[in-house]
Amino acid sequence: MPVNDTLATYSDWLYRAAALIYVFAMVFYTTEQAFTRKAKKSEQARELVGAGAPVTPAIGRIDESTEVGKPERFGRMAVALTVLGALLHLGSIVLRGVATGRAPWGNMYEYGAATMLVAVVTWLVLMRKFDVRRLGAFVLTPVVILMFLGGTALYTAAGPVMPALQSYWLVIHVAAAILSSGLFLVPGVFSVLYLVKVRHDANPGRFTRIGPKLPEAASLDRLAYRTTIFAFPIYTFGIICGAIWAEAAWGRFWGWDPKETVAFVAWVVYAGYLHSRATAGWRGTRAAVINSVAFALVVFNLFFINLVIAGLHSYA
Amino acid sequence: MRTALILLFLLALAAMPGALLPQRSLNLPRALAYIEAHGWWGTFLDRLQFFDVYASVWFSAIYLLLFISLVGCLVPRTVEYAKALRAKPVLTPRNLSRLPHHKTAVVTDTPEQVMADARVRLKGWRLVERAEDDGARSVSAERGYLREAGNLVFHFAMLALIVALAIGKMANYEGQVIVLANGSQFCNSGTLGYDSFRPGLRVDGTDLNPFCVRVNEFDATYLPNGQAEQFAAKIDYQAGDDLDSDTWRPYDLRVNDPLRVVGDRVYLLGHGYAPTFTVTFPDGQKRTQTIQWRPVDNLTLLSEGATKFDPPGVTDPTERRKRQIAVTGLFAPTSLIEDKILTSSHPKLSDPAVAVDVMRGDLGIDSGRGQSIFQIDQSLVDSGRLTRVARENLKIGGAITLDDGTKVTFDGVVPWVSLQVSHDPTQVWVLVAAVAMILGLGVSLTVRRRRLWVRASPDESGSTVVRVGGLARTDQAGYGEEFHRLAAQLLPRRDT
Ligand code: HEM
Repeated sequence: MPVNDTLATYSDWLYRAAALIYVFAMVFYTTEQAFTRKAKKSEQARELVGAGAPVTPAIGRIDESTEVGKPERFGRMAVALTVLGALLHLGSIVLRGVATGRAPWGNMYEYGAATMLVAVVTWLVLMRKFDVRRLGAFVLTPVVILMFLGGTALYTAAGPVMPALQSYWLVIHVAAAILSSGLFLVPGVFSVLYLVKVRHDANPGRFTRIGPKLPEAASLDRLAYRTTIFAFPIYTFGIICGAIWAEAAWGRFWGWDPKETVAFVAWVVYAGYLHSRATAGWRGTRAAVINSVAFALVVFNLFFINLVIAGLHSYA
Repeated sequence: MRTALILLFLLALAAMPGALLPQRSLNLPRALAYIEAHGWWGTFLDRLQFFDVYASVWFSAIYLLLFISLVGCLVPRTVEYAKALRAKPVLTPRNLSRLPHHKTAVVTDTPEQVMADARVRLKGWRLVERAEDDGARSVSAERGYLREAGNLVFHFAMLALIVALAIGKMANYEGQVIVLANGSQFCNSGTLGYDSFRPGLRVDGTDLNPFCVRVNEFDATYLPNGQAEQFAAKIDYQAGDDLDSDTWRPYDLRVNDPLRVVGDRVYLLGHGYAPTFTVTFPDGQKRTQTIQWRPVDNLTLLSEGATKFDPPGVTDPTERRKRQIAVTGLFAPTSLIEDKILTSSHPKLSDPAVAVDVMRGDLGIDSGRGQSIFQIDQSLVDSGRLTRVARENLKIGGAITLDDGTKVTFDGVVPWVSLQVSHDPTQVWVLVAAVAMILGLGVSLTVRRRRLWVRASPDESGSTVVRVGGLARTDQAGYGEEFHRLAAQLLPRRDT
């Protein structure tokens, strides 16, 4: 099937526009964060729990005034920009799919683009449910960096894929990998912020700039956990689909190819994270470290293994 | 749990070197080159089995420990779960306001009415109602037992997966063979039929599933840049009764679409070209051979090889060793000749040509030493026992005549396919276990084990104080919303 170059070009433009809009959104999130006074202490959250109110929305509520203050306005603009960016981002991916006439995740550039879209959408959903908007810049920073790397170093012109990739298992397997990796980004960021917050709480002299403005450590921990348990079964499913596909394409369902290996290692570390939350002495800081390491492994698998180590997956 | 956690990290850590260092099982030449290039360090790592990580003693030990730990963990958990299923929900705690979720109201209903209402509202929960000393009544409710069931299913399925993998390792095999796509056949009758064969630990190659494959045609389409777009082989196969009645069934063998026959799978792994050469000896006798040459450039399928001929009718070994002939060199499917140098510009068979050296002398084929079918033995060239007698570029139909009148012609090209036969009797069990794992995991991570208590105590004024308390057993996150909703239903008139 021939590639429609015009559409492919539009897709590239939208991609760049989306990344740029995310940068603007980051600026607004940061401005909101800068204007916001310290998050109120935990008493309030505890009181709300005591009264039997839902626990989760009570994440370090700030700025109780009813009129829309300056930070609030910046925050809302940041969200509006994020939504706009996500729409352009989605447009870019859809156009590439139409231009090439296949699922738009056949190479690293496309894979990265789709993963980052999932991360942004995950973020938007979380923001609707929980009061975490001020953290936007922390989530968008890795997104923008990865999109920049994707759009430059990893950029691949629109084209068809090689025979081994022409399979509906590709569509399912890679879609699951994209979905779970994008979802994992957000808890990865939360766990890192958790570590920052805990350090700051233990010694207020550390991380004085951002420490006071972060939500409660317990809330960060909870959000990280809830997002992770949503993503983990999808990740597991993705690995299993990968094995099914490998059985049809490469003659074995599992061969310890470097990409498979690191996916397995990341999976085991995520399982370790889930266990750690049920193990005395491992909750909190250790769990957060494990979760951060697990996400680092997911990113490592995408970049290092694909680019540096030759394996069967190298064309992806 | 701590043991399990530590074993999990050990497993992750132990698996990692396999991704960073070349592995023998994946790429033997690269692994050997790496060891070679790293001197004593390479040898040291090799001693520690860092180039065979997944078959190493330490990896297997961790795997085994994890297995034992899993069994040791699952047995008591299952027993406990079976007990929990039959047990009544626990007593209502004295002080419900100590719980993470709680709510209080004063209502005009009697305790009995409150209890009756609670029973209706708490449908789907496991309930037990108790009368307490001071005239109060309470109900303990619990639900989400499926969580633990899902978790057990997940861990048991993982156990099953590990067992299935281990059995598979014993009983599997993988064989590779090159077959010309001109109606040539391959039968899975013994290991000798294969170019390479990798048996599992308990396979000796005597008892292979019998079936035969005949490759009729190979067809590939490429993009202008040489990237393969699609390739497929038209094959026939026979197995079971078909072998006796010699019935062939057609199949289109493609990448991603192996032939599945009598429990084995046949894959199309690669392809290349086999040039046909005819040597006409001075006495008029002809010998024709079509031998696969191997690609040296995967993008253009420029290939190298050596097609070897014995002079016919020469019985004296010494004499024969003077007159053996090899046609070696390069083959290009789409030839590009510049300054007499042959290259290939495209993998499609559109303008084939060969650049060959014709060698004459002792090929060493009957010396008893095995040799590559793609090369001549260079040491025989060095020692002068094999000499080059011609060098020429030929297109199809082209010929070289040697000094003694021997004529070598390049007659044509036949594509070949490389097939892999894989046998793994437990892979379907691995799949079943994996699916069970996913299902168990899904249940375990979505269902929440939670408890709820309602206590209705009469107070002096004749009204009833209703206290509701809630506790999520595994993770508090998310129970808040549900508790809030239930408590609102249970305490419709919130007087305080
Ligand atoms: C390859 C090894 C293992 C993997 C991949 C694994 C994976 C998991 C996963 C993903 C969960 C999460 C379910 C949840 O959060 O509820 C879990 C829970 C659990 N696992 Fe494992 N597990 C392994 C080995 C073990 C072993 C050896 C034990 C026992 C010593 C064990 C005991 C438990 C327990 C008690 C839970 C429940 C924790 C909870 O309720 O949150 N696991 N496991």
